[in-house]
Amino acid sequence: MLNNEPQKHTIAVLVENRFGVLSRVAGLFSARGYNIESLSVGETLDPTVSRMTLVVRGDAFVIEQVIKQLHKLIDVIKVTDLTEENHVEREMILVKVNAEPTSRAEILRIADIFRAKVVDVTPATYTLEATGDESKVTAIVELLRPFGIQELVRTGKVAIARGAKARLRRAGETLGKVRGPVPESKEAVRDIGFED
Amino acid sequence: MKLTGARIFLECLKREGVDVLFGLPGGAVLPIYDALYDFAGLRHILVRQEAAAGHAAEGYARTTGKVGVALVTSGPAATNLVTALQDAYMDSMPIVAFTGQVPTHLIGNDAFQEADNVGITRPCTKHNFLVKDGTDLGPTIKEAFYLAATGRPGPVHVDLPKDVLVKEWSFEYPDKVHLRSYNPTYDGHPGQIKKAARAILKAKRPVLYVGGGVISSDASEEVRRLAETTQTPVTTTLMGLGAFPSDHPLSLEMLGMHGTYYANMAVHHSDCLIAVGARFDDRVTGKVEMFAPSAEIIHIDIDPSSISKNIQVHIPIVGDCRRVLARLIKEVEAETQQGVPSLAREARKQWHEQIARWKAEFPLRYDWDDEVIKPEYVIQEISNLTRGEALIVTGVGQHQMWAAQYYRFKHPRAWCTSGGLGTMGYGLPTAMGVQAAHPDKLVVNIDGDGSFQMNSQELATVYENRLPVKTVIINNGCHGMVRQWQEIIYKERYCSIDLSAGPDFVKLAEAYGCVGIRATKPSEVVPALEKAFSTPGPVVVDMVVDREENVFPMVPAGGANKDMILERPGKEAKAKAARSQTGF
Repeated sequence: MLNNEPQKHTIAVLVENRFGVLSRVAGLFSARGYNIESLSVGETLDPTVSRMTLVVRGDAFVIEQVIKQLHKLIDVIKVTDLTEENHVEREMILVKVNAEPTSRAEILRIADIFRAKVVDVTPATYTLEATGDESKVTAIVELLRPFGIQELVRTGKVAIARGAKARLRRAGETLGKVRGPVPESKEAVRDIGFED
Repeated sequence: MKLTGARIFLECLKREGVDVLFGLPGGAVLPIYDALYDFAGLRHILVRQEAAAGHAAEGYARTTGKVGVALVTSGPAATNLVTALQDAYMDSMPIVAFTGQVPTHLIGNDAFQEADNVGITRPCTKHNFLVKDGTDLGPTIKEAFYLAATGRPGPVHVDLPKDVLVKEWSFEYPDKVHLRSYNPTYDGHPGQIKKAARAILKAKRPVLYVGGGVISSDASEEVRRLAETTQTPVTTTLMGLGAFPSDHPLSLEMLGMHGTYYANMAVHHSDCLIAVGARFDDRVTGKVEMFAPSAEIIHIDIDPSSISKNIQVHIPIVGDCRRVLARLIKEVEAETQQGVPSLAREARKQWHEQIARWKAEFPLRYDWDDEVIKPEYVIQEISNLTRGEALIVTGVGQHQMWAAQYYRFKHPRAWCTSGGLGTMGYGLPTAMGVQAAHPDKLVVNIDGDGSFQMNSQELATVYENRLPVKTVIINNGCHGMVRQWQEIIYKERYCSIDLSAGPDFVKLAEAYGCVGIRATKPSEVVPALEKAFSTPGPVVVDMVVDREENVFPMVPAGGANKDMILERPGKEAKAKAARSQTGF
């Protein structure tokens, strides 16, 4: 049966790349009282289609409604809950951190460990660019915090399913059924990714 | 072919088969009104306030099954229309509303009568459009009508900037709409339908719970067949009234907050609840944990997001009510040919006996009074005199609930009421739209004195357009439903409910050129109604009724349906009601 513990879900939404579509999606979340943790949007290979990645927290009941309500929007083409399958999530951050002469080397070491890049330097600060999943991004922010973070910006998460095939199935296919366990992927062999 | 945007607009309406348009002109839509000046074959009804145009379109749509159309100007006109759009959205009424907009180069400049129309209507429409390029007019209007009428019906709003209406554009009306992102499911899943058929047949205490979706998909015949084949009692929601005849032996009438005792008891004790085109509204379920606690729930609905929204259902079926029911009946017949389990048949007999006992125990009732008119009596007499053949519209409040309880419904698409939004003032403008669609039928607007005053200006419209709507005001001199809650739940601390200051509704009717009639004694009710129904033009009947009459049964908000209050409560029951109050 449905799991009623609130969980974070990463939902990919393909939408018509039209005027007002972002406001429709954002408005849906505020109107129905769902919590959106992050949202990122961009064009896909097809310029008439945009892809949104939403991170939403909720129990199975709420998430099912979120997916149905998203699908109900006329401009929404496909909705996929990536949490149900093997997927990769990434977020990029830019951090402007205090870099006093005594701490510059240490900051660079941290950047190196996290494969972050220095994208701007001043006598008093470094600006770092880092990419990773949530835990990695949180870890680097926590390590930089003691030096004094001047400014921080995050892109919000983007996510994609692992494996050879495009996994964006229509939300409609799961409707009318209580969602069961995730089916075993036939391509499990290929689902070997690198966790960096 | 090159035409002005305004002309293209009218050509599109014509091609969509629109015959009546409810509207009110203004700066931004003047090009359309100029084109309308010598455009044949489209009747325009000038309303007195824009919300009325929207409600009239709803009434037109509900009683004809076609899409209703409203046209108003920009800014304040569009914001006035918002109430009607939300009303149509909640009750799934197929309407297309057009608003004017300032010229495209002024959008965002805080121009005169500018508002972010599409921004404002976005959450209260099924979909909306801003047309920035005249070549999009045809395809957009085609899509608007298609979206309004298909799937779960609803309001669609199209915003038309003035320059788009003025300039000339090439015009071609598309024959078809293709939307890759919109594909409603009409046929239910066969496996689920089979499962539902088996569940219904093996049930000992089944109940059909039928909502407005059955009316929208014209499935009342199928409901009747399923009910009769399986001997399943039927209760309807407020929006579903007319989907099943009130006088049918299997009818339980309305359920929910002001539903009948027997409908609520039957649902509470049922072991198989078949919800068709209904959405488990909080006014229907009461406390959800206590709603049909022992039932296996089957839910047939075209909108997947209605399913398992408020109540977890066991057998969901996404699809058009009529198609799913037709298939379900076939499955049931196929199963019965293999022999119904005789156990269920025996149990059904007991179930019907139990329901008969509930019906005998607490029928709908009120205390007769020789001096004061009881509102329930007025509704009964409207029902008797029209023999259930009239088209009934209501406002919102106590009178609406009495109309729902005491009118004997015979036909679908003969009842218009604001169910989801509960929009006071809905009555007269909607009745106007109904009458425009059915010039030769008797249209009765059962209204309240509070509700009626929210749109009484439309008396001018019905008079001018010879729309012979009969308005019966159940006049108790106060906001009766609020009074009832304050009496029962707020310890008789009456606050801001008194409407006894007037106006004189007879004089008001006469001021607009309509006929006004008043009745103050029970003996005057029938003559007043007879006179109203036989007078050719629009009539207002002021029925001065008992101020203190309450609607019973009543389930206090947040309470369980089985704990209905059946009559004016004593102190103890009031204290209980106050405790059950959960804040809405």
